[in-house]
Amino acid sequence: MKKTIQNKWQDTDVEQIVGQLLRYGVFTASVVALIGGVIYIGTKGQSPMPSYHKFVGEGANFTSYSGIIKGASSFNAAGIIQLGVLLLIATPVLRIVFSLVGFALEKDRMYVCITLIVLAVITTSIFGGLKV
Amino acid sequence: MTILTFSIILLVGSYLAGLLGSLTGLGGGVVVIPLLTLVFGVDIRYAIGAALLASIATSSGSASAYVKEGITNIRLGMFLEIATTIGAVLGALIAVYTPTNTIAILFGAVLIFSAAMTLRKKNQEVLTEGSPLAEKLKLNSSYPTPQGEVDYKLKNVGAGFSIMTFAGVISGLLGIGSGALKVLAMDTAMRIPFKVSTTTSNFMIGVTAAASAVVYLQRGYMDPGLAFPVMLGVLAGAFTGSKLLMKMNPQVLRFIFCAAITFVALEMIYNGIQHKF
Repeated sequence: MKKTIQNKWQDTDVEQIVGQLLRYGVFTASVVALIGGVIYIGTKGQSPMPSYHKFVGEGANFTSYSGIIKGASSFNAAGIIQLGVLLLIATPVLRIVFSLVGFALEKDRMYVCITLIVLAVITTSIFGGLKV
Repeated sequence: MTILTFSIILLVGSYLAGLLGSLTGLGGGVVVIPLLTLVFGVDIRYAIGAALLASIATSSGSASAYVKEGITNIRLGMFLEIATTIGAVLGALIAVYTPTNTIAILFGAVLIFSAAMTLRKKNQEVLTEGSPLAEKLKLNSSYPTPQGEVDYKLKNVGAGFSIMTFAGVISGLLGIGSGALKVLAMDTAMRIPFKVSTTTSNFMIGVTAAASAVVYLQRGYMDPGLAFPVMLGVLAGAFTGSKLLMKMNPQVLRFIFCAAITFVALEMIYNGIQHKF
């Protein structure tokens, strides 16, 4: 298929939006993590550091989406940091959604399908279908 | 050590890791893992969780600039992300059943390979004759150079796709972007010009890392106390690195850093063999 001039324009538009999205996503996630970090150090700064050399894993508060959101909304420092983590992970996923819209606007059916496959793999992973 | 001191040291360390990762082209996540495990004695699973975040942050942060310039081949990236995301989820699942010492040894090996890759001769050639499959998938494109827009075509789509799946597995297993493997697939197999392959690889790293990051998050491998200094430090370091790269061409520095990283990698392998993880 040959690209028409109009197509080329739309292509660039979507690319610009994608670029912006990535930047804002990372920025927002960093600010949230920074706020959480400052509160974390403010409240627990003087306690001895946890023993990271032994792996225990995080509690449900920090591993489930509802747990993280609940923790962050009650201004729990660790909860806010995890919300930043979640936002950071969500940025590339949102990027794919934007690309999907972009390809749909260009009426590029093949790439709408390809993007949907990528999205399906990630959502399968997100919604715990693979939790072993 | 109190949490305050630990966080500050980790923040500074992550800043340097981000700077080093950016100057060598290895990526921020790669340097964070030896920093956490060898220097701070952190369990490698926590280190991988933190490194994944560093990879997403640096990839998304720097990819935005390249996308804007129109060098990144978005269709190619999306197509190959099928391979890397499936690989990444598989890798993250395998990681649970892999002994930490094995992960450390594998990490060291991949690190040496990556360091060697950054020093190799880069593909500047533009292919004018592509394969039918590349044509069918609309992967051929053009990119801006100082001499104007240059068209390029590509071949060996199947081989590239396979290496990408492997790159995804490694990424999910070790928590790194595995940019070196991605570039290998695009440069060596698909014959894409160097500038396009590095930026497209960078663009893909965020999505690949996100696919495995959710698995790590749900497994409890992401610790908030490690996440925030690593995320912020690496991001700031990578930002400084990209500014420095615009002003200088760090060919000599790159060589020294890669040698240093090979040394670190050997220590990871040695400790892994000695069952110290």
